[in-house]
Amino acid sequence: MLSRMADRPRQNEPVSVVVDRRRFLTWVVASPALVVAARLGLDVPEAGAAEAQEETALNLYIAIQPDGRVVTTLPRTEMGQGITTGVAMLTAEELDTRLESVDVRTADADPRWVIQLTGMSSTMRYLAGPIRAAAATARARLVTAAANRWHVLAHTLTTAHGEVIAPDGRRAGYGELAGDAARVLLLLVSPAPKDPSTYTVVGQPTGRIDARDIVTGAARYTLDLDVPEAVPLVVARPPTLRGTVRDFDASAALAMPGVLGVTRLPTGIAVAAHTYAHALAARDALRISWAPGPASHLSDADIRNRLRDAIGARPLPPLFTARTLEGRFDFPYLAHAPMETQSCVARVTEDRAELWLGAQDPKFAQREVAEALGWALTPHRVTVHTARAGGGFGRRFFAEAAVEAALASRALGRPVKLMWTRNDDMRHGRYRPASHHRILAYLGANGSILGWNHRAAIPTVEFPHGFGDALTAILGTVLPEVTSQVFFELTQHVPYRFGWVSQELREVSIPIPTASFRSVFTSQVGVANEVFVDQLARELGRDPVELRRSQLKSARLQAVLDKVVLEGQWGRALPPGVAQGVAVLEEWDSAVAHLVEVDVTGAAPRVLRVVIAADVGLPINPKSIEAQLQGAAIDAFSTTLSAGIHIDSGAVREGSFADYLWHRMKHAPAEISVHLVRSDDRVGGVGELGYPSAAAALTNAIARAAGTMPTRFPLLDPGV
Amino acid sequence: MPAYQFILNGQTVSVEAPADLPLLWALRDMLGVTGPKYGCGVGVCGACTSHLEGEAFRPCIQPVSGVAGTRVTTIEGLGGEGLHPVQQAWIAEDVAQCGFCQPGQIMAAVALLRKNLDPSDADIDAAMSDNVCRCGTYVRIRAAIKRAARALREGGATGEGSR
Ligand code: FES
Ligand code: FES
Repeated sequence: MLSRMADRPRQNEPVSVVVDRRRFLTWVVASPALVVAARLGLDVPEAGAAEAQEETALNLYIAIQPDGRVVTTLPRTEMGQGITTGVAMLTAEELDTRLESVDVRTADADPRWVIQLTGMSSTMRYLAGPIRAAAATARARLVTAAANRWHVLAHTLTTAHGEVIAPDGRRAGYGELAGDAARVLLLLVSPAPKDPSTYTVVGQPTGRIDARDIVTGAARYTLDLDVPEAVPLVVARPPTLRGTVRDFDASAALAMPGVLGVTRLPTGIAVAAHTYAHALAARDALRISWAPGPASHLSDADIRNRLRDAIGARPLPPLFTARTLEGRFDFPYLAHAPMETQSCVARVTEDRAELWLGAQDPKFAQREVAEALGWALTPHRVTVHTARAGGGFGRRFFAEAAVEAALASRALGRPVKLMWTRNDDMRHGRYRPASHHRILAYLGANGSILGWNHRAAIPTVEFPHGFGDALTAILGTVLPEVTSQVFFELTQHVPYRFGWVSQELREVSIPIPTASFRSVFTSQVGVANEVFVDQLARELGRDPVELRRSQLKSARLQAVLDKVVLEGQWGRALPPGVAQGVAVLEEWDSAVAHLVEVDVTGAAPRVLRVVIAADVGLPINPKSIEAQLQGAAIDAFSTTLSAGIHIDSGAVREGSFADYLWHRMKHAPAEISVHLVRSDDRVGGVGELGYPSAAAALTNAIARAAGTMPTRFPLLDPGV
Repeated sequence: MPAYQFILNGQTVSVEAPADLPLLWALRDMLGVTGPKYGCGVGVCGACTSHLEGEAFRPCIQPVSGVAGTRVTTIEGLGGEGLHPVQQAWIAEDVAQCGFCQPGQIMAAVALLRKNLDPSDADIDAAMSDNVCRCGTYVRIRAAIKRAARALREGGATGEGSR
């Protein structure tokens, strides 16, 4: 769409660009080269256009440098999801430049970014529109600049490989046109983004742009950064969750070689030393008396009982109910256990703080650190640089490590690099809460399904960081205050025609720190639903696929289910002890189905083969979608079968991957094939999508092989 | 304090450290070699996996005194000038997600292929199950190992460069 303001030649006048029926504002930022900004957020109403340049919110920037390189700056953190590659692909596509010419930078924390939270499958959904709009605007400006320079009709010009090309063969690189392009007053070609059907970069399976850095060990994570003078720091932590220091004696530790200082923090006692080996040895030599934490009266059985008690009496069944089926499910606490433990480098001086960490929400980290340092009113004194993160999974929304490192740096008067040990990370983390579920399915006399009532008792999930653009994407507006209840309502749906459907969250207050996990509530509610759909099929004597097909409300779900049934050969003959299971999920603007084949003849069930079909709308990079879905399946299988957290008198039992039994190569299926089904060109979420139906499909396969429905996860937990 | 000399990625280095100091910290904190990662410090995750005389080992539980006079190779020393065929296969299969476990995974895979140029699925399960990948890249790791094995068999390359 052409600018509605093209007739009012002011350089900074915003141009409105429509992508996917949504409108984005773009404008040129004064600069020697060409820098185009796009407003992040939702489609803006026409009336909002005039405020576009106001610095109330930062924007996404695409800069064309004099050497022709393109830099896209965005408020997101790379944690392994391949965001940077996807962003580079979108930029290269719309600009018609080479993928190798595009650099993607993550911005430092800045309160002016409206939302700077990486998670909830939001990144590509949220950024794709603005990137396409900004890049298309930049391209229109470059073409216009060339037309003016050569005095030819703009529409006769083409672009490719970072150049504008005239019919007579003249060419000019973007770099040399950038200056003129920034000064263009009137666009002579449309800044409309391309039709996705003409894409040549987006949609092509593309390897990560940082693959070489990763395989050579050159990729730097927080503790690999070379911050001058920063010394290793570790923290002695209480035996129970959120225990506190009564008092301590550091004399023995301070006398040890290599030790540089000891300081008390709200969470424990910090020790700085020349190496982590020295720091860890000195940490062991501290004599500390601990006061127990707030959960020290609670163990697994108590928590399970509290959750069960919260479920309450059955509601009245719908009229004509002849039979009520009941399913009960227990899910455990889960640790996120990212491969890189929590860490942060901090340099705090009298009036400034500079931090480096792999934050999922750097703005939140900035706020927390400013508050801890007593600078709540002047948070700009805190600079947060986002580092490459070794996995996030929801854990890095929080910033405990940043606060600890900042306080210790100030107390010790030197820069520090704080490392949480694996034990620290497992035992003092935040957890996907445990839960108990009761599902009631109401059946009529003829086997019809009259109703579905799901009550979930879940300890309150902490979201101090807010919900970011997950909600923006769902609601189309930013709500400042959203409770878990509201989030539950907004995200939890039953995709079947099951008559009178109701799902309720019973929040239970339990003093164990929580955080959202891949797919948030759906990792429990959605899994239980899909497992119980299979139970319903068993009770009705129907095939689980046929039952789903007959009741599904969504065409997209039908399509992905059909795809796995076809590709996975649902119902094919299998040896005894081997069975198939299916499950589906629609969420985050995407739909997915899983078909899992499992062998239950061995000591533990072994997943043999997985077929996934996903409709994520416009697939920006099929390779990264495949990787995300494969990874989510491994998460789902690990936590369904073997990985779970136990609480013993307020302490976490598991301490590392030795007892938190995450899948390893020998447990992983040899094949996880991913098939993309595309219903339209919206950009759907991927990061969270692949977990729930993978877990449910595995459970369903085991139930079909074993003849009974598992109800307590992880299934291999002896329950002691 | 005693000093220990060894050959790290082809170069002789010397560190002054207590005998029981885990090699991982000598590498990372004293020698500035950050390719081997800390994932557990107790030998159960494989993030630090490197080579000692060409065999996979875990620097986080290896006292520095024990490597005196030996050859240690980390991910940084694997490829020499170019990329090792295993690194190439890792790129071709787009294995990495967050990447944090991958230096260790690659070093474990190189050690496997040095002994077995045609590993079966069971061989791969056995050799690679000491390494955790929290992002769940196992399917692609398996594919990359098979691809590298093919390349090594056909190209006759022997994984040179891993000194
Ligand atoms: S850090 Fe060495 S095995 Fe985990
Ligand atoms: S790629 Fe993230 S842990 Fe393996």
